[in-house]
Amino acid sequence: MTVADKLEIAARPGIAALGRFRIGTSATLMAIVVVLFAFLSMTSAVFPTPENLSNLLRQTSINGIIALGMLMVIITAGIDLSVGAVVAIAGIVNALMLQAGVSMWLSIPLTILIGASIGVFNGILVHEVSITPFIATLGTLTIVRGLVMIMSGARMVANLPKEFGQIASGSVFGIPSMFIIWMVLFAVTVFLLNYTQLGRNFFIIGSSREVARLSGIRLRPNIYAVYGLSSAYAALAGILLSSRLSMGVPTAGISYELDAIAAVVIGGGSLFGAAGSAIGAVLGAIIMQTIRNGGNLLGIDPFALQVIIGALILIAVGIDQIRVRKAEKG
Amino acid sequence: MAELIAASGISKAFPGVRALDQVDFVLKPGEVHALVGENGAGKSTLIKILMGVYRRDSGSFTVKGRDIHDFSPQAAQASGMAAVYQDISLARTLTVGENFFLGHMPTGRWGTIDWTAAYDRCGALLRELGLDDIDPRAPLSSLSVAKQEMVAIAKPVFENADILVFDEPTALLAAEETELLFSIIRRLKAEGKGIIYISHRMEEIFAICDSVTVLKDGRHVRTMPVADTNPDDLVRLMVGRSMEDMYTIKRARPGEVALKVDGLTREPRFRDISFDVRHGEIFGLFGLVGSGRTEIMRAIFGADAFDRGEIHLDGKPVRFTHPSQAIAAGIGFMSEDRKNQSIALPLSVRTNINLAHYPAISPFGVIDRTAERDAARTYVDRLAIKTPSDAVAIRNLSGGNQQKVVLGKNLAAKSRILVCDEPTIGVDVGAKSEIYKIFEKLTEGGVAILMVSSYLPEIMGLADRILVIYEGRPMAIVDRSDFDEEKLVRLASGLQA
Repeated sequence: MTVADKLEIAARPGIAALGRFRIGTSATLMAIVVVLFAFLSMTSAVFPTPENLSNLLRQTSINGIIALGMLMVIITAGIDLSVGAVVAIAGIVNALMLQAGVSMWLSIPLTILIGASIGVFNGILVHEVSITPFIATLGTLTIVRGLVMIMSGARMVANLPKEFGQIASGSVFGIPSMFIIWMVLFAVTVFLLNYTQLGRNFFIIGSSREVARLSGIRLRPNIYAVYGLSSAYAALAGILLSSRLSMGVPTAGISYELDAIAAVVIGGGSLFGAAGSAIGAVLGAIIMQTIRNGGNLLGIDPFALQVIIGALILIAVGIDQIRVRKAEKG
Repeated sequence: MAELIAASGISKAFPGVRALDQVDFVLKPGEVHALVGENGAGKSTLIKILMGVYRRDSGSFTVKGRDIHDFSPQAAQASGMAAVYQDISLARTLTVGENFFLGHMPTGRWGTIDWTAAYDRCGALLRELGLDDIDPRAPLSSLSVAKQEMVAIAKPVFENADILVFDEPTALLAAEETELLFSIIRRLKAEGKGIIYISHRMEEIFAICDSVTVLKDGRHVRTMPVADTNPDDLVRLMVGRSMEDMYTIKRARPGEVALKVDGLTREPRFRDISFDVRHGEIFGLFGLVGSGRTEIMRAIFGADAFDRGEIHLDGKPVRFTHPSQAIAAGIGFMSEDRKNQSIALPLSVRTNINLAHYPAISPFGVIDRTAERDAARTYVDRLAIKTPSDAVAIRNLSGGNQQKVVLGKNLAAKSRILVCDEPTIGVDVGAKSEIYKIFEKLTEGGVAILMVSSYLPEIMGLADRILVIYEGRPMAIVDRSDFDEEKLVRLASGLQA
């Protein structure tokens, strides 16, 4: 074994994606997905049917989109607990606009903009007021949940135009359009993280704020951007969820933030920052949803499923911890 | 009278450095023993071995006559040893009393904490030591830094330790508190306890210490009664032999003034700092730890604000409010705290070399990845950075190679003025001389270097001129032809040359 083999390849995609270590993580996750699909196809007659698979992809897309935004925040060593609440407010706001006769081609961009501004509010709390991201976004979560109830009167907003519902139910060449939207965002995220200064800044900030500042990176725009992006992604997920349900549901998205964090962490992200990849987050989301879907089909007690998914998260984080400790010992 | 500590032939090596070489040290009861030497002489390594933080490579020592083999900080504490370090290592959010009892709070009948007893006993000792104005119930963080230091000093007294180490205890203290510290030390001495006193301040050593041990380059130079020496002799013993060839570099012919600093002031850290650095010149800033060196550098770079004063770059007035402006104006910065300020540890060598370079190679925010890779390869080659590939995380590199990456980062950003704070800290000898050679090449090319170093041979070997500062105030600017180790140490200790 040469020295190079023992060295850890940097936790940065792009370069790192070519390196031994990252390929290791993604390949492992990919193998888990293949094994899961093979196992479920053999044990359940329903699992491999096109209906179930496209249903699985639609279900995964929502969490998968949120996870991509969460990934960027986690790379900066932050966290965004408000995404689930943003899912709900986006669904309600958009539905209210549609009910009022606003075209969905206007209401959707407006809703995403409102989502992004909630993220910028998080950014202000984190950067200007120096509230730790966990607490800042917890406060925002609570405020936004309250606003959703006030705006909707705690009632669902139904009777939405048919073409809005067709976004979620539609498909192109048999591929669900929700999945296509997710993959477009995946490509956008890969581009942001690997090919732009903004993405590089996220990694550097996640590594050390002081190093970033002394290297000439202005923290403010980058922090605003990352929380803004996370909330914008969540708002889009909220719109897709309400399209799927054909109504705005005030209680939508509860605990979605936890699913997103889990997907990122399973995919190799680290809450210490500066680690994680978009492909990892995507695979993490697919693994979680596949276990849920497959478990239901196999008639596994949903409570037992919860135990399995929880254990999965702990195993993933445990491996992450051991990795960090090894790296620190150098 | 039995010795409290008797160490002989202690050696300790770190990769590339022989930190201690056959050092002997004896501490007797009722003795205040000064440990002096330049930075890097091995004082703190010796203390850390005695306190069980480091393990010695060879040699032996006894504590109160007992042979010590496996020592740990806990075992040292159990043997009645206590050290008060420069940085206060107490729990800042707890009260003074809780800090005194850390982990050993007195308990009442039901096993519950007896708060009244705890605070009474703490308050009694504070009064005894003349620290009446410290409330045992006050959270430590509510006290001034000097008072916190006094609490740190009182704690081992409270614990009844009989071997005490004070490492630069007066760095944060005002005159009256220093007097209080001395009275505490006299009391401990009268009780037959042994005290190791580390300080750079000559007047304190001659005021309070009985004997003094001089270390230089990890070797024991001499131990003698303080009464048999004087400050001048002591300084001469500390700085010792002539410097080595390693620090001699080819000097460039300095050109126009690159950086001019005029009356730079930030109360209370530094005041009225004025100097200029010319293209092709290495300008040194010398002073003790806490003299304000780092703060001056950070202010110039725009990392911290300052109260007043002017900075000119190539004749034009500038005032940076963010490091990005300084970088854009061609200033590079190497921090003394490499791991927390200069490099992104988990990221690749390639990213680290480009840290300050991205704005230049990212039109519309999209990184030109070819330029990114080329910059990394260029500087890995040119600076002979030893790494299997530029995709390796920088945390896997040695200190010297990490520091070369920091140099590469500044060169990639086209720095014309390099501000370096302890450029060879944590760097082995080989990489050190490579870094000096790089400095030589840079000055040839007209780069101006402003350098802080607390290691005299280094700064004297490299700098063309040195500004000496003491407690944030300028003492003198010394020309290369007038460099003299004693003179510089005297100036840095607040004595006139």
